[in-house]
Amino acid sequence: MSTKDKDVLLEMRDIRIDGFSDDRWHEIIKGVDLTLHRGEVMGLIGESGAGKSSFGLAAMGFARPGCKISSGSIKFDGMDLMAARESEKRKLWGTRIAYVAQSAAAAFNPAHRLIEQTVEATVRSKLHDEKEARADARTLYQSLRLPDPEHIGERYPHQVSGGQLQRVMTAMAMSPRPDLIIFDEPTTALDVTTQVEVLAAMRNIVETFHAAAIYITHDLAVVAQMADFIKVLRYGEEVEEAPTRQMLETPKMDYTKSLWSVRELEKPEVKGEDIIIEMRNIDAAYGDVRVLENVNIKVPRGSTVAVVGESGSGKSTSARVITGLLVPSKGEVLFNGEPLPGALKQRNKDQLHRIQMIYQMADTAMNPRQSVEEIIGRPLEFYLGLKGKARENRVIELLEMIELDASYLDRLPGELSGGQKQRICIARALAADPEIIICDEITSALDQIVQEDILKLLLRLQKQFNITYMFITHDIATVKAISDEIVVMFQGKVVEQGLKSEILSPPHPDYTQLLLSSVPEMDPDWLSDLLAARGEAL
Amino acid sequence: MTQQPDTYSAASEKSNPRIRRTFLQRIWNGLRKAPLSAWFGLIVIAFYCVVALLAPIIAPYGEAQIFPAPYEPWSSAHIFGTDQIGRDIFTRLVYGGRNTMGIALVTTLLSFVIGGGLALAASISRGWLDQVLSRTVDALMAIPSLIFALMLLSIFGSNVTSLICIIAVLDSTRVFRLTRSVAINVVVMDYVEAARLRGEKLGWIMRREILPNIMPPLVAEFGLRFCFVFLTIAALSFLGVGIQPPSADWGSMVRENASLIQFAKYDMKAAMTPLLPAGAIALLTVAVNFVVDWFLHKTSGLRDEH
Repeated sequence: MSTKDKDVLLEMRDIRIDGFSDDRWHEIIKGVDLTLHRGEVMGLIGESGAGKSSFGLAAMGFARPGCKISSGSIKFDGMDLMAARESEKRKLWGTRIAYVAQSAAAAFNPAHRLIEQTVEATVRSKLHDEKEARADARTLYQSLRLPDPEHIGERYPHQVSGGQLQRVMTAMAMSPRPDLIIFDEPTTALDVTTQVEVLAAMRNIVETFHAAAIYITHDLAVVAQMADFIKVLRYGEEVEEAPTRQMLETPKMDYTKSLWSVRELEKPEVKGEDIIIEMRNIDAAYGDVRVLENVNIKVPRGSTVAVVGESGSGKSTSARVITGLLVPSKGEVLFNGEPLPGALKQRNKDQLHRIQMIYQMADTAMNPRQSVEEIIGRPLEFYLGLKGKARENRVIELLEMIELDASYLDRLPGELSGGQKQRICIARALAADPEIIICDEITSALDQIVQEDILKLLLRLQKQFNITYMFITHDIATVKAISDEIVVMFQGKVVEQGLKSEILSPPHPDYTQLLLSSVPEMDPDWLSDLLAARGEAL
Repeated sequence: MTQQPDTYSAASEKSNPRIRRTFLQRIWNGLRKAPLSAWFGLIVIAFYCVVALLAPIIAPYGEAQIFPAPYEPWSSAHIFGTDQIGRDIFTRLVYGGRNTMGIALVTTLLSFVIGGGLALAASISRGWLDQVLSRTVDALMAIPSLIFALMLLSIFGSNVTSLICIIAVLDSTRVFRLTRSVAINVVVMDYVEAARLRGEKLGWIMRREILPNIMPPLVAEFGLRFCFVFLTIAALSFLGVGIQPPSADWGSMVRENASLIQFAKYDMKAAMTPLLPAGAIALLTVAVNFVVDWFLHKTSGLRDEH
């Protein structure tokens, strides 16, 4: 798409944003420029804390509480947003500039029907009357490929799925036909299979109405499908800006190149013989809802078994059965050939310390009131009886194992970055001297570059201590990077299990095929090709 | 800002270590930013505490010392006069603070131990234990607490021990509700599950994983509860079933001297006498509430500073 002959919609010059923490103002964005023409889509990428969201919101002339735009100029369609009064800006927001948030579930009011919320901004700013707006909303639902577009608006937010809600939110943003939409990580919380649908719908609607958009994400492959050009931010500064194709083919800066690398990480697969954990004919249920049905999974010692599938497929439930949090209604778990008691309370310390778990959200996996030393030290004390100096020394050893050092001993989790938090969780698992570690989506909340580093760390530790991993994820790139074997799960059943090379090469069962083809690739044509191949089946 | 390295390493990854402060520094830091009302409250509370602790030194006479003239007017010998049987009012005010506040403090602590402990156990184990405790608490709360307390006091007799126990048990229902509702949000956190997977005992999870994370609302509640307990004791004493003579206490002092208020026409000072203990109660209640308000405002959320 050529952009030279179009008029400029948004122009931001030398934007500086300050954030307030610990009694001082810190500069979060250090002088970034932006020019966006009508009908253009810009991708804004960078790791968390890079200032993407703050910068995106600044495009609306808005600063979150605790932040302020300290200098720079923002011109939206000839209007100076820096000088504009709050009331003038409020007229723009929701009508001419719209915002789509990351978590649609948290952004909707659970007490109102979807369609009421979709048309609210349009009706309140008197662009259309209620009836017209509702009719238009139904058309939008249709073009976003929501099921039953005529009636879905009458439902409440909890009655539709996450992917559908995200699309309704896009409809809400589109309803007043804004000139600019800001998408803030709109698909990060979705499964790959859902993500494809939402991406296609968003791209389609942005093109149809010729809106300009800023698409904020940390996933390059996703942004490659959406954006005409990409801007990379890091530590509040611009690293690089280039048209999408050029950026993907010939990135100039080292940092930009490093964003690609996780997809290049690959581990030679090893076929393990000695089975450490076996789930045999497991059925499990939460109350009356059956979630696992005749699940058989074997995990060989010293290898990595990746369990993949979308949310609700029973991946995490399998982990809960192995750890003893959920007692299976049928079947048994064998550990080194010996059956494990089903309930956690019946297991002794010797059995407990051999199976450790690492969680997806490192934030909630660590007690915010305990220091790093207490967090890592507790399993040492609890299982191995280490105390005082011996405990401290071992904690430092473990910190060094995860590439941190003694200076972290008395930090609280709130004082660590996302990647560091996950490392501390890994150290806590290692402290128990485990034979198998269950990793539940441990990298999905992290940025590409941090992800890669965590994965490398896991591989190194595996080699060093011959640890077995059961790696639960929905990210196929991660699976390629670290697994030996793959288990594909769908609706509480195991679809297939086998070596990585077998599962990833065709022929596939239908579901595996769908899952594999939904993983975004670093190719701007990927989404178009995929949609063409699926024959508009979405 | 320092230059950030181009290559990635976990140890150099940006994060915001908080400026480390000692406990005293943190308290001072909080106080510096406290509003005037909180300062007022703190000073009043500190003053009351000093008076209560140093009662024998401050009071000019003995707690139950009787002088020949009852209802003596305000004079240099008896600053606030004497009461119906000739005891020095000022002395009784000072000792009354000691008794009323001391008993209120013990009672509140006890109610927190009972209510908080049971609530934590209920929120961690859920299931039948939670059901039984919660429904029992509902049932207890359905009965107006002052009337319930009166009834129980007439069954068990009004001595200090039963007074403390009865009010503590009745008040613990409210503590239970609050603690359970905040603890339930913490129990679902992964770190509690991690502690369970580690094989930790119930007590450890309660004390180390959950309690530190729900302290701010509990501390705020503690201040409020203290006020209510203290008012309940005063009310019970006023009704004659609270702290028994010859121990001084503000509630019964109001009752004993209430009739003096009729003399307002002839002697303003004498009419003021029953208002003195009442004023003492009111001032402390207001002061505690100011402090609690500030604390609640400061810790809405679970943040340490800012």
